[in-house]
Amino acid sequence: MQTATIFSFHGGIHPPENKAQSLQLPLGKPSLPRELILPLGQHIGQSSRPLVKVGDSVLKGETIAINNGFLSSFLHAPTSGTVSAIEERLIAHPSGLSDLCIVIKPDGQDTWTTLAPLYDWQENSRTDVLAYLSEMGIVGMGGAGFPTQVKLQGAHKNPLTHFIINAAECEPYITADDMLIREKTLELVLGIEILQHLVEADNVVIGIEDNKPTAIAALKALITQRKSKIQLAVVPTKYPSGGEKQLIQLLTGKEVPSGQYPADIGILCQNVGTCVAVHDSIYLGKPLISRFTTLTGDALNAPQNVEVLLGTPVAHLLDYADSAADKLHRLVMGGPMMGYTLDSAAVPIVKTSNCILAASKKELPAPAPEQACIRCGMCEQACPASLLPQQLLWFSKSQEHEKAEHHNLFDCIECGACSYVCPSSIPLVQYYRHSKSSIREARESNVKADLAKQRFEARKARQDAEAAEKEAKRLARQKAAPSKSAGDKKAAPAKVAPTAAPISDDTKKLKVDIAIGKSKLKKLQKQLLEAQEAEHVEDINALQLHVSEQEKNVASLEEQLAKTAPAATPAQAPAAAKAPVSDELKKAKIDVALIGVKLKKVQKQLEATPDDQELKDKVASFEADLSKAQAALSALGASTPAAAAPKAAISDDLKKLKIDAAIAKAAVKKVEKALKKAEEIQAPEIDAIRQQLQEAQKRADDLEKALLNPVSTAAQPTAKTNETATNLDADAAKKRKIDLAIAKAGIKKAEKNIALLKEQGKDEAEIKASEWPQKLIEAQNKLAALEKEQETAAPITTAPTVSPAAPADADAAKKRKIDLAIAKAGIKKAEKNITLLKEQGKDEAEIKASEWPQKLADAQDKLATLEKEQGANSDTATVKSAKPEPKQVEAKAESIATPEADVATQVKKQKIAAAMAKAQINKLTKRLESAPEDAEYIQQEIEATRQKQQDAEALLAQLTHSQDNT
Amino acid sequence: MLTVLLAIGILVLLSLIFGAILGYANVRFHVEGDPIVDQIDAILPQTQCGQCGHPGCRPYAEAISNGEAINHCPPGGQATIQALADLLDVEAIPLDGDHGTETAKRVAVIREDECIGCTKCIQACPVDAILGAAKQMHTVIADECTGCDLCVEPCPVDCIDMVEVGVTAKTWTWNKPQGIAETSLNIIATDRQAEVVH
Ligand code: SF4
Ligand code: SF4
Ligand code: SF4
Ligand code: SF4
Repeated sequence: MQTATIFSFHGGIHPPENKAQSLQLPLGKPSLPRELILPLGQHIGQSSRPLVKVGDSVLKGETIAINNGFLSSFLHAPTSGTVSAIEERLIAHPSGLSDLCIVIKPDGQDTWTTLAPLYDWQENSRTDVLAYLSEMGIVGMGGAGFPTQVKLQGAHKNPLTHFIINAAECEPYITADDMLIREKTLELVLGIEILQHLVEADNVVIGIEDNKPTAIAALKALITQRKSKIQLAVVPTKYPSGGEKQLIQLLTGKEVPSGQYPADIGILCQNVGTCVAVHDSIYLGKPLISRFTTLTGDALNAPQNVEVLLGTPVAHLLDYADSAADKLHRLVMGGPMMGYTLDSAAVPIVKTSNCILAASKKELPAPAPEQACIRCGMCEQACPASLLPQQLLWFSKSQEHEKAEHHNLFDCIECGACSYVCPSSIPLVQYYRHSKSSIREARESNVKADLAKQRFEARKARQDAEAAEKEAKRLARQKAAPSKSAGDKKAAPAKVAPTAAPISDDTKKLKVDIAIGKSKLKKLQKQLLEAQEAEHVEDINALQLHVSEQEKNVASLEEQLAKTAPAATPAQAPAAAKAPVSDELKKAKIDVALIGVKLKKVQKQLEATPDDQELKDKVASFEADLSKAQAALSALGASTPAAAAPKAAISDDLKKLKIDAAIAKAAVKKVEKALKKAEEIQAPEIDAIRQQLQEAQKRADDLEKALLNPVSTAAQPTAKTNETATNLDADAAKKRKIDLAIAKAGIKKAEKNIALLKEQGKDEAEIKASEWPQKLIEAQNKLAALEKEQETAAPITTAPTVSPAAPADADAAKKRKIDLAIAKAGIKKAEKNITLLKEQGKDEAEIKASEWPQKLADAQDKLATLEKEQGANSDTATVKSAKPEPKQVEAKAESIATPEADVATQVKKQKIAAAMAKAQINKLTKRLESAPEDAEYIQQEIEATRQKQQDAEALLAQLTHSQDNT
Repeated sequence: MLTVLLAIGILVLLSLIFGAILGYANVRFHVEGDPIVDQIDAILPQTQCGQCGHPGCRPYAEAISNGEAINHCPPGGQATIQALADLLDVEAIPLDGDHGTETAKRVAVIREDECIGCTKCIQACPVDAILGAAKQMHTVIADECTGCDLCVEPCPVDCIDMVEVGVTAKTWTWNKPQGIAETSLNIIATDRQAEVVH
């Protein structure tokens, strides 16, 4: 065998060795304790994960916990038994804290599990062997318990020049490695060979202090015998030559640079205990479940080395070594230099426990009180790491961690040499440890803070992005809104679907809306049909309104759809659907016309033979058919809403006409019914009713005809409206209602005035003499007339109606309205003046003498006439009965104070009306000539127009007469 | 005379050369100075609790750089104040009690059987340290939790506890030694030990 060159390292001390005590006795084998406590964190890195549950029975060598990540290790049951608990127990740690432990209650059998040694380790790949070692729970047994497989892997960073086996065991009292070498020399050498095979270093050196002659001799003998290449380097005894970096320096002369690992300079160190454990696992298949530990100290009567199962409580070992409780002053795990005091003897032996020092007070006295540093520099001379301990002390004391770091605080191996030599008894190592842990804590919290910051910022970014997205969506919606609202305007009451950003969504929604709208439309049309059949006129009107609204909705939606569905689907619904629909429309129109003609014929026959029940039935059925056909027609008209603007206008007219037709037909039916009844009771009015029927029928016919050629009807609506306006025009109805209200108000006023006069004590004669009673009567008359009008406006004719007279010219109506307004203003003025006079204390006579009452009466009269004019189509009877008075009044009024301009415009208007009527008559006569088949209808029209003309002329005459009077 | 001119000429030349070198070095080795806000932010504990009255640590860092007091951060405590004082070269002042008191490090723990899964705590947590989904049980990722307290308030069933993080063997740190004791200063080797009559 070769002898290695020995170098030296800086510093170091020579404390009393105290190793002899524990070598007196041979290796002891303590009995099984009552329980074994196995902390899950016996090594550097992540704690193991337990594989067993409480109550599980385990065999010796069975895995009870597996590694938890890369830097972690396995744990095995040191003996057979049951898992009695997995809980927090005090552990061997300088903090004296608890940690999670698996507690095993031995069954005393010590039954091995099936062992699977790795005999063919030389054939196995390196990785497989390392994995096997990891599964065997091998960790560094000299110091901190660094998982061996990780260390071996790290050794391959650089080609290894030296593989050093640390057998120096420099710390006083400890002889565990010495004993191990003596007891297991072969195993050690075999283990070294396995590791050498794995790491393939150039040199394999066992570093051993010269205070272990027996061990050295044994090793020498074996190495020589095996002709091994292993070198044995016997180093002089000096603390801390067993320090990794110090031993490397001793054996190779190389210094591990600050902040680096031995592997960085191509050196690997392993403890002798680890080498034996590797041998045991490979050749015997035994996991790491026991270790050699020195039990020593003055408090023990039988200090010795023991091979002890992991997890054995220290108390059990103290008992085994026969501790003297009275002598025991301080229990230390590890040596006197680097160990730490145990608070409790309940802590278990772990993989790194190399010594239990049960010291007496004399042996390890309480440290002397700390005193001020005298800057003697002895610590610096003792420091094996070539640091400046007193400088580090200053920095540590003043918490200047950064500066301490700059002075290589982390190169301190905490050997305690400086503390040992310090004359001021300064616990230097404690200061360094504190500084180190403070720095580590700060680093960790910095890492955590950075993480928190990252997460916080990530979250903020995410929230901002979300907000931005929302905003963008909102803007998009806003942009989409204008185009939508344009559509909205067309479909005034329509509830248009909210427009989503993507066009396809849009179209989808629109389509859905259209479908809904159409189905609603259908429903409404159905209802309308039913109503028409059941002759509910009011319902018909309302429904018709709904239907047209719904139609508009659908139309607007379809328009929107056409807009949103771009060129891609140009031939969509509108264009494609239009053609067939318009075809159907035509058909439906023809149907209506045909049925109408048939109906007419039958009705004519009915006229000839009014008693024929068959004919009546036919009429009814035809009418039903007609209404159905018309409904179909209107439905179709609805389904072609996309038609161009002019057409739409016509269709509006068409609609109106249809409604008129329906109403007229209903009227026909009613009259027919009345006729029937009259016939039954042989009533004298039969003839009159018949005439009515004829008229109503004619009207219905006309309307149907108008329906047939809607364009022409649209072109000349005025000709017919005069007949139907009363029934139809909602505007007119409204106006009439307003008139009614005004008339009622007038009556009230008159009544009030009369009451006032009575209160004022005027006797009846006086009151009668005053204008009020007269006015009241007038107003009442007017009201009656208006009410009658209103009734006639309702489609059912309550009294035989003679064709109405007044022109329904829109212009004329406007003018009349203006006149009305002027007249009303006049009334107001007069009334104001009268009240003013009254206020001024003038008595009645005086007031009467003034022109105002007269003026008021005049104005009121005029108003009445105007209003009557407006309602000129009221039945003649009422008009006639009302006429004499207004005429008189008119005469009076115009003779006194009516504004002449008014009368003049009236005259003009009437003249125009008369002229128009004449023109109409001319036109109609012309048409009569050109279309003799419509003779009947045209004749009727001519008659109506003539009536109109006559009325207008009569009025004109009146007006001119009154004008003459003034 | 010539020597004087020569000397002046050489000096001028040298100054030009060195000026050029310095100018180049200034551009070439320009170091973007660490803005003060970043440095302050690095000292703050990043708990993001808002106890300082700002929506997060960085806003407070900005406020400090704009002259706000350095003693408004309870999670950072005196250590942070000291560090800020060192950085800004101002007097270290005691923590402002108005913003809270320094507490031991805590983490939120959800009593999971009581959680109704309303997700309110998730929305409150500034560092996304809570895991859960609507109508599902929620839990706190203890390693990510900064102990800011913000999730406790919104919980409608009050099932979130702030639990102090105990010291484990892994997080334990060595205490600073007592230092030079009062008695050890009065030691006179020849003097009587103990039984000092006052
Ligand atoms: S404890 Fe540190 S500073 Fe003191 S001697 Fe050892 S290595 Fe040097
Ligand atoms: S040995 Fe002690 S007293 Fe001497 S310099 Fe070092 S710390 Fe100071
Ligand atoms: S879990 Fe609660 S205490 Fe923890 S960081 Fe989130 S909000 Fe703060
Ligand atoms: S706020 Fe409370 S109840 Fe709601 S999810 Fe969080 S822990 Fe559960």
